[in-house]
Formats: sequence, C-alpha cells, structure tokens
Amino acid sequence: MRPFTVVSGVALPFYQANVDTDAIIPSRAIREVSKQGLGRFLFANLRYLPGDEIVHPDFVLNRPEYAEACILIGGSNFGCGSSREHAVWALADYGFRAIIAPGFGAIFFRNCINNGLLPAQVTEAQAQELAEGARKEPIKYQLTVNLKTQEIALPSKKVIPFSIDADAQQQLLRGADPIDMTLETVGEDILAFEQKDRKNRPWLHSNPE
Amino acid sequence: MSATLFAKLWSAHRIASADEKSDFLYIDRIFLHERMGPVALQSLREKGRAIRNPTQVFATIDHIVDTRPGRPNGTRTLGGEKFIDALRESVEQTGIHLYDLDDTRQGIVHLVAAEQGIAHPGLTLVCPDSHTSTLGALGALAWGVGSSDAEHVLSTRVLKVRKPDSMRVSFDGRTAEGVTAKDVVLYMIGSFGASGGKGYAVEFAGEAVQGMGMPERFTLCNMAVEFAAFCGLVSVDETTLDYVGQNRPFTPSEVDFGHWSTDSEAVFDREETLSVRNLTPMVTWGTSPEHALGIQEVIPAVADCRNTSLAQRAMDYMAVRPKQAMQDLRIDAAFLVSCTNTRLEDLRKAAHLLKGRRVNKNIQAVCVPGSTQTRLQAEEEGLDQIFRSAGFEWHEAGCGMCFYAGGDTLAAGSRAISSSNRNFEGRQGPGVRTHLASPLTVAASAVTGRITDPREFL
Repeated sequence: MRPFTVVSGVALPFYQANVDTDAIIPSRAIREVSKQGLGRFLFANLRYLPGDEIVHPDFVLNRPEYAEACILIGGSNFGCGSSREHAVWALADYGFRAIIAPGFGAIFFRNCINNGLLPAQVTEAQAQELAEGARKEPIKYQLTVNLKTQEIALPSKKVIPFSIDADAQQQLLRGADPIDMTLETVGEDILAFEQKDRKNRPWLHSNPE
Repeated sequence: MSATLFAKLWSAHRIASADEKSDFLYIDRIFLHERMGPVALQSLREKGRAIRNPTQVFATIDHIVDTRPGRPNGTRTLGGEKFIDALRESVEQTGIHLYDLDDTRQGIVHLVAAEQGIAHPGLTLVCPDSHTSTLGALGALAWGVGSSDAEHVLSTRVLKVRKPDSMRVSFDGRTAEGVTAKDVVLYMIGSFGASGGKGYAVEFAGEAVQGMGMPERFTLCNMAVEFAAFCGLVSVDETTLDYVGQNRPFTPSEVDFGHWSTDSEAVFDREETLSVRNLTPMVTWGTSPEHALGIQEVIPAVADCRNTSLAQRAMDYMAVRPKQAMQDLRIDAAFLVSCTNTRLEDLRKAAHLLKGRRVNKNIQAVCVPGSTQTRLQAEEEGLDQIFRSAGFEWHEAGCGMCFYAGGDTLAAGSRAISSSNRNFEGRQGPGVRTHLASPLTVAASAVTGRITDPREFL
C-alpha cells in the first residue's frame, strides 16, 4: 500500500450531506471481480447521461478546472450506505488521495484506511469554507494535506487542523499491509485467546479440544 | 458490576488494545456473498495466506442472482456470472460452507445466518454487507465490513475496531394495529436524522420491543445502519431464547444464552425515548430514510427539513412538493423485497391484506422472499397462491429489486413503494423514485395503485 505523507493538489467541491456509496459507484458498474479499473465509473449516475456513454457537462467532476483534482471536499456522513469497498477503489483509481469531510460512514472510513485513502475529518464550518474556496477559484485553490501534522494548508497560508485516530494515522503513514501489522502486534494474543476459547466455546473452532 | 449488552459483547471478544480508541476484537464467524466474497478470497490466495478457522466461514449467493421463477438467466447483472463462478471456485476445497442456488439454505445472508443459527447470542459476526447489523437482534455483535476487513478476518480472525459509545433507544407503549417495526424505525430515523446514531452501538428497548417477535426485531436492527449506527442490538429475553432454541444447526442446544442482556443498573452513554403509542404507518417522501413521515401527513416545507439543500434536491428528484399529501402519490410498482422485510411473518401480514383482493392493473407488484426456506414455508402455507392471485409476481430468494445491479428496471421517473431499506437516488435504477414503507403499506398501495394507509384494509 502506498504510504500517505503529504499530498498537494486541486480540491473538488462535493459538499453534500449523506453522499452514499451507491452514488459513488452504482452496483451495475461493478462488472469485474477486481479492485482495479473502477475510476471510470466513479459517480456514474451523476457523471454520465443515461447509458454511461455521454459525459454530463454540468457535473463538477467533468469540469476541466477540476480535471487534476486529488482531494475531495465532502459533506457530513460521506460514504454512508452500502459497505461496497468498490466506492473507495473507484475514488483511489480515479486519482483521489484524500477526502476531507465533517464525518464519514463507519464502514467507508475503514475501507479508506485499508486502501491508503485519507479520510480527514474537519468541522462542518471548515468543510464549508474549503468547498467554497474550491468552488470559487478552482485552479488557484491548491490544498496541501499533511498527515503527520494533521493539517490542511490553504493558498492563503491559513492552516486548518483535521482529526484522525492515532492507529489509522499510523497505518496510512506506514502504508504497511494491515494483516502483517496485526499478526506482528497481536499474533500471540490471538493464539492465547483461541487456546482458551477452544475449551469455553468449542463449537466456534475448526479444531476444538 | 452492571454492564450493557454491548459492553459484555465487547469485553468477551477483546484481545488487545490498538490505540486509545480502538481494540482488536476476536471475530467468531464471517459470512460472505458473491458480490464481495470472491475479491477477498482471491486476494488471500494471491498472497499465499490461509483461511484461519474455515468451518466458521459461510457463503451464499444472494446479491445479484436472478430471482425470477426458475432463475432463467442465473443473473441479469452485467458480468454477474463472473462473481457467482468466482465465489464457487474460490470456496472450493477451503472448508467454507457454501449454500449454492440448489441448496434450500440459500437466501439473503442475514436471513440465512439467523435461520441456520450461524448467528446466535454472544457472538461477534461480520459480513461484507452493511445490513449485517440485522443480526444484533439476537444479542450478537454483528456489523458490516468492507472487502479488505473481510480478508483481514479470514486470515487473522481479528479486526481492529474503534469502540463506539453506547446508546439506548426505548420505544414506549405498544404500536396500534397496522403499525409495524418498520414504521417504528422509520419514525426513529425521521426523528433523529440519518446520522442520529453515528458513533453508537444502539440497543433497542422498551415496551414496544419487548412485545415484538424476532422478525420485527430483525427489521429494527437491520435499519440501524440507516441511522448511521455501528450496530443494532436487542437484549436476549424469552423471545430470543425461543427463536434460538428452534433446532438451529449452528447453535449448540445445551448452552445457556440468557445472560446476553443489559443489566438493569447499566448506564448508557446516551439514552433516548420515543413513544410509539399514537404512531401511524410511516412512509418516506425523499431520498434519505430520514425523509420519513406519517402516511396521513403532507410533505413538509423545505425550510422545515433538517438539511434544506438536501431536501430541495430530494423533492426535485422525487417530483414531490411541499403540502402534497403522501396518499395522493400514484405508484408504478410495489416491491416486497430485501433483508429488511421479507421474513415469513412479513409475507403473512401482506398476504392477509391481499387475500381476496387484486393489485391495481397499472402497477408491477413483486414479492421476493428473503430466503429459500422462507419461500418454501410460505408455499406450504399457500401464501404464494394468495400473492399470485392478487397479481403479485412470486420470485425465488435473493436481494432482488432492493438495489439495481443491471438487468430490467423501471423506467426513469417511475415511482415505487418498497419494503427495503434505502431510498437513495438511483438505488433501484437510474431515475427511479423509491418510497420506503412496511410490507403492509406496500400491499395496500399495490391494491389501490397509490400510496395507501393499510389500516383502511384491516
């Protein structure tokens, strides 16, 4: 997994509450048993006119000034709904590295961490300010997101702090494989739990004692 | 020491601390389906990782399978057969239990997990599907995860989880006839908003819940995720123990599960109470489950909505306007579908209303039983005949119509009333407008061809 340290770039204003994973990628666009190649279906229902062939010119993602966007400014409860990790795979495949929002769907948040996409939580007022800036002067409004200091630098030199749990921050900074990390840190604890549990709850183990 | 059910479940599975807010939890069982399971299993295989404890891993085919009688196309989702084949291939020789399409145990994961006793009180269970919260009704800690976390559990049996706060929502009073768990939960989401349970493990309690059977409790917990809760829970009582004791193959009969309940002195981080005594059937008017209102009511002014820009957008999408009466809305389709409301009791209620009546000639009405076992039981009781005579299509088990994954759909701009859980833009097809309601309201509306209070027929 690609580590996340500092990311700078154009921000896409998508400041709406409750943007669900069906909107991020509709189920009908998931056509391969794969994590790859989903970027072209990102926001498919909004981005294309019916039929997925013709680009909807008014949709923010299709506007040329946002072509290079790698940071998305979302609203509260961003990524709610279905657990489909394809939503995160589509965002990452399209080129997004960070989502800044006042809150995230719980499963979506976990999916972000597992794929090196930063979910940075700010206040409602801060998200609104960022979205407004990105809407007004798209090209000039480059943001720099620093995960280590948990800060977003605005073109005005203003700095907005964001929050993220310590463990999620570490996982993103290291870019390490989460399974390896778990086995490294609690491998022994799992074995100890299972040894005891096989006696207490034998029906929950493949090899009960 | 008094403890909440949630605290008991958490501490019984806590292996180690991850940071000040997160712990590693042991995950007892995992359920996979064809839409999300194959990627996780393939990814494990590519990395040469073994499945730990495979006899505790279960899989079925529900999400994108064709539900039309005989399943003529297998799947109508573009590329769907790849997912079904990949699931079959990737579970082969792993020891994972697979309930394939020819198996009477096939059905929507959350129904199957309960029917087979794969979920029972005191367990942790995850599944790559957000509505896994359904199973919290059994006093289990059950929640939806993504594909990577599913992979993580398959390989390690543990998951790093941020500990949610605890919340109890007590429903005072008994609901009136014609008012169901679906109405209660829509009322709750309407009252506190679609983010109202954010960051909480939500236990449902109170007189109304005590009086509910397991099917209704499953409906409540199913919708907990539409409340943005981490999970839904109901404390174990006689109703739970009766259900669990009904010869469930993966639940041991000799174990006492009675202690998986909240102690009387236990303290929650947040408590809310709602009276449901005067509650009427509920229906949604917009594109979020929080856009819920009493079926006799009129659509609110935008300014009176929780989020005005969202409300305006929802009204435009749904082609509704303030002060319009819900019951004036004509529908094109009525769907009795999804893990929320297709258990045998749901079908019985709808069939009771439909008996001797006919579906309005202008609408398409479809019933998709949630599991094959449910379908077979319903057929044994003759419910399928009632649905068919009324003009409903009677389908095979699966997620069907709850979301659009390709194949046939309604035309853009069509209006459907649905017993499912999400009324998001495009959820049931591009441009399709979805109104969420109980199975009774779906049945009543199917008869009249407009959104209809089922109490007119009871």
